[in-house]
Amino acid sequence: MAVDEGLKSELAKEGIIVTTVTDLYNWGRKNSVWPLQFGLACCAIEMIATAASRFDLARFGAEVFRPSPRQADLMIVAGTVTKKMAPQVVRLYNQMPEPKYVIAMGACAISGGPFKLGYNVLKGIDRYIPVDVHIPGCPPRPEALLHAIMTLQRRIEEQTLGEGPKPRWYDKDAPAEFPVPQFGEHDLVPSFNKQVWDAKPIVRPVKA
Amino acid sequence: MTDSYYTNYVFLALFLAVAIIFPLLPICVAKIVAPKKPSPQKQDIYECGLESKGDAWVQFKVQYYIYALVFVIFDVETIFLYPWAVSFNKLGLFAFVEMIIFLAILAGGLAYAWKKGVLDWK
Repeated sequence: MAVDEGLKSELAKEGIIVTTVTDLYNWGRKNSVWPLQFGLACCAIEMIATAASRFDLARFGAEVFRPSPRQADLMIVAGTVTKKMAPQVVRLYNQMPEPKYVIAMGACAISGGPFKLGYNVLKGIDRYIPVDVHIPGCPPRPEALLHAIMTLQRRIEEQTLGEGPKPRWYDKDAPAEFPVPQFGEHDLVPSFNKQVWDAKPIVRPVKA
Repeated sequence: MTDSYYTNYVFLALFLAVAIIFPLLPICVAKIVAPKKPSPQKQDIYECGLESKGDAWVQFKVQYYIYALVFVIFDVETIFLYPWAVSFNKLGLFAFVEMIIFLAILAGGLAYAWKKGVLDWK
């Protein structure tokens, strides 16, 4: 049950703060997003710069880079995901406790980027795991990562605990883990996860 | 009552209660409110994202401890050697003899450890 915004601000003027459990939850969650400490390529350098003193990720409560997925809330996929690395990334995501979020940082993580045509490069991590925020750029500036963190915080604010559209971790029927791709003869098997990625068929213009 | 000797223990009991409740409360709250979605992969041993092979409780041979100790001694020796080498010209003969004695003692220790069979990797 949401509190009426007008009533809320009227009460706040009198020094009474009214909130809901959902708001309290989301306030706690969005201000302590702990990222998993791992970098895949050059975007990781920008990620390190974001965490360091000049850009100061600590302002958003997200400076505690955890060396274990058990303690992490956020996976920043910073860099090119090679097909060799993709199973590990998906397994790490599976090992993170709920609630968990993913930021795909840079052109490579969102689509393969300049290496898209490479035989060994995954064409976007969103083929295997659900990505909350995509950051374009090659590499994105630290400001872009900060913007992505703020966008994620805004998304967390909108989440519900049970009423309305449920997040995945409150849905009993939602899968607890995403299938880890295996090395096939030519490509990763499966080449994408149907639950999170919808492959649009390529329509080529018919030559007259 | 306030200046009684036992009043001190009241503070102690208070601190003890706070010290127990303070860490327990977040753990209990997290147990109740945290969304749970256990899965075989999540319960698995964390090995940097790789599939874990075997058990996490790997045993090391106890001999490794002495081996590591011998290494540390010579590690520290290097730290002593560097400042000595930098100011070698200023220090003169006395420091040189001192350092030779120091090295001889450590070399003697190494010879002893060698004879005892510490360096044999069985």
